[in-house]
Amino acid sequence: MILEARDLTVRFGGVSALAGVSFQVAPGTVTSLIGPNGAGKTTAFNVITGFQRPTQGTVRHDGETITGWRAHRIAARGLVRTFQKTSVFGGLTVRENVLTGLHLRGRVGVAAALLARARVRAEEERLAGEADRVIDFVGLGARRDELASGLSYGDQRLLELAVALAAGPRLLLLDEPASGMTASEKATVAGLIGRIREQGVTVFLVEHDMRLVMGISDRVLVLNYGRLIADGDPAAVQRDPEVVRAYLGSGAHAHA
Amino acid sequence: MDQLLQHLLNGLLLGATYSLLGIGLTLVFGLMSVVNFAHGEFYTLGAYAAFAALMVASVHFFLAIPLAIVVGAAAGAVCERGLLRPLRGQSIDTVMLVMIGLWIAMQNAELLGWGGVAKSVPTPFPTQPLVLGPVSVAPLRVFVFVVSAALILGAHLLLARTKLGRAMRATFQDRETAALMGVSIERIHTVTFAFGAGLAAAAGALLGPVFLLYPSMGDLASLKAFSVVILGGLGNFAGAALGGLVLGVAEELGAGYVSSGYRDAVGFLMIVAVLLLRPSGLFARAERVG
Amino acid sequence: MRAVALLLGLAAAATAPFWVWNPYHLHTLIMAGIFAVLALSLNLLLGYTGQLSLGHAAFFGIGAYATALLTVKLEWSPWIGLLAAVVLPGLAGWVIGRLALKLRGAYFVLLTISFAGCVSLVSVNWMDLTNGPLGLPGVPALEIALPGLPSLSLRTKVAFYYVVLVAVVLAYLVCLALIRSRVGRALVALRENETLAASVGIDGTHYLVLAAVVSAAMAGFGGGLYAHYTRFVSPEVFLFTYTVTMVIMVVAGGKGTLAGPVVGAVLFTVLPEALRAATSWQWQMLLYGILLVAVLFFMPQGIVPALRQLGSGVRRRASAS
Repeated sequence: MILEARDLTVRFGGVSALAGVSFQVAPGTVTSLIGPNGAGKTTAFNVITGFQRPTQGTVRHDGETITGWRAHRIAARGLVRTFQKTSVFGGLTVRENVLTGLHLRGRVGVAAALLARARVRAEEERLAGEADRVIDFVGLGARRDELASGLSYGDQRLLELAVALAAGPRLLLLDEPASGMTASEKATVAGLIGRIREQGVTVFLVEHDMRLVMGISDRVLVLNYGRLIADGDPAAVQRDPEVVRAYLGSGAHAHA
Repeated sequence: MDQLLQHLLNGLLLGATYSLLGIGLTLVFGLMSVVNFAHGEFYTLGAYAAFAALMVASVHFFLAIPLAIVVGAAAGAVCERGLLRPLRGQSIDTVMLVMIGLWIAMQNAELLGWGGVAKSVPTPFPTQPLVLGPVSVAPLRVFVFVVSAALILGAHLLLARTKLGRAMRATFQDRETAALMGVSIERIHTVTFAFGAGLAAAAGALLGPVFLLYPSMGDLASLKAFSVVILGGLGNFAGAALGGLVLGVAEELGAGYVSSGYRDAVGFLMIVAVLLLRPSGLFARAERVG
Repeated sequence: MRAVALLLGLAAAATAPFWVWNPYHLHTLIMAGIFAVLALSLNLLLGYTGQLSLGHAAFFGIGAYATALLTVKLEWSPWIGLLAAVVLPGLAGWVIGRLALKLRGAYFVLLTISFAGCVSLVSVNWMDLTNGPLGLPGVPALEIALPGLPSLSLRTKVAFYYVVLVAVVLAYLVCLALIRSRVGRALVALRENETLAASVGIDGTHYLVLAAVVSAAMAGFGGGLYAHYTRFVSPEVFLFTYTVTMVIMVVAGGKGTLAGPVVGAVLFTVLPEALRAATSWQWQMLLYGILLVAVLFFMPQGIVPALRQLGSGVRRRASAS
């Protein structure tokens, strides 16, 4: 198991954002986390990736307990996440964004930057090549030198994906990667996720678009009011009466 | 023991004015998210306005203070409309730097206008301290305390009981809804800032006679105001009120038992300590992160 | 085009003592150089990580006092003093950076102000160490003493001008080297989106501490230079005026660029001198305040970026016609 969550609980005030959530993610798979709005999906992501501390429970990655670790340390282990609200480095170009994402792939520190310019030059060349590869992979090659803040919404989300990929994830957590996208943009994202999986990266995603979720997932987890109410393959989950109730009850639709 | 009581009393008397300063800033910093580094300059403005009224216009002492408040509030309103409104939407850092620019400009304007020589303000109170058992207290300081407390009470009533106060609270809790309910957001911003400036000016007019007047008196006042705001939690009225008293007492104890030269360091150290240990303030309820 | 301007500028700077005849003007240029080092240091924090240090004069002052104390009280070599002027403030910067942890924005500013306030109070009150308000006179000049050669005292304005010029170039190169590397990208990431930065493995605290240390050390270096130039150090080095001047130089010059602080430093050292004949320093500071506000309103990026935009606009129009 590449990721193991046990008894995750997040409580503040009198509210439980997560209540005793346990699940496992197998390597090389695409797992989706779904549920009505406010079910705790982003909270789960935050806890797994170190952006929030759980009140109780543990998160284990590759056999090591990472609960409560700071976010950048968890990222350094290969767990990289994207954010629900579009998150890019607005004032930088697409290339600069991705270069920043390649931080973990570089090694130059202050000493080298000041005293070993040859090493810096070599690293910059290498990173530039890798950046180009990632930018081309997501299809933003034509916009390489444009400012991130000037990109269209769909392109910004692609850039977000590129930055996350640049960090070299072994487990990629995507928080609503297709939200607000047109049908063709969603198809692009689905295709990218497929290709990412082919490269051996495990994908764990939160999504609302059921067609997308059912189309690419090996496994689906369903959260409702902070509790895990279903865990299985897409077809089984779709038929699960409690899942249907959760969605209809909250007014949301189970079909995209 | 007597000395301790004396220090505590002095601290409380002084602290009430710090509370006044802090409340003005917490409203602006906490509600409007404006890092008003010029807050101390409205304090200085109030002090000099009262001085001018007394010495130049020969206004009666008890009238000089309300006059100073009006001057401070008016200056605040002008600043808000002229500087803050055009910048609405800009990053908080830009606004912060603009306030720093205002700080520099105002202080040096005071310096040019009044000169660098410290001035003392004559008061109608006898200098003979009142002796109340083990402690003694100057009548002026009692007056300052009473007025500060009254102003704090008045501010609280204004915020809690009046239509204007409700509109202010509504605007800063949920802007869109407040606008839909007919509140003029622009006007509320101006009023809130003017309110904060007016309170600072009041503190200046009150403390001016206690200490001396000099153009850079606002620097320390600013810092103490921030100290109080951080102690009490951003936007927390009651926290600021309590925080002011805590600062006053801490300063008096520090000056009395450690060293008077380092008196002002107390404010600095409090800022550092609170920022490090409990950034949301001593009196704020524990807030969730993330 | 830019390369030509740069070369001309460097040539002018290198030969300045030969065509700047008035020694007072040379003094102005020396002060401009010292401030350029200070502005570059503040720019590392403000321009690149996006955090404002309003206590930067404290690092300047600690550097000045470090070298003054070592050379006056212990009679050590001024070069050791300069080293201390770099190391001690750097240490202070480390403390600030570590204390700051998750503090950002206004809270970071308040931390730096409080720190500077405490340091200033110590310099005034701890008479045994610092002589209090009387200050430390008699700071020796820098001296190059190579074995076999007569020692060369760098006490003349011309000599010190070259020292400062070398210092500015050094400071500029250090900033350039950091910025044009993975380190620089991490700093900028802090400014642009710290949460996103953490998600790709950038440790915000580590890089803020780093920026604080380098920035403080550089400002301390400026302080050391100042001490060996004016040969007198007093608590006045902690005056808020210095910090304000640095801020204005960086913001008006162009934060986040490398040329901006240098241009700002020259502008705001030469300008006051030009004004000095006409007005007093209070008017000057008043003007600074107004200027800061005006720049933020009309040229928020600063002078250098504004000129660059103008230049590229002209080029575009020229190639279009």
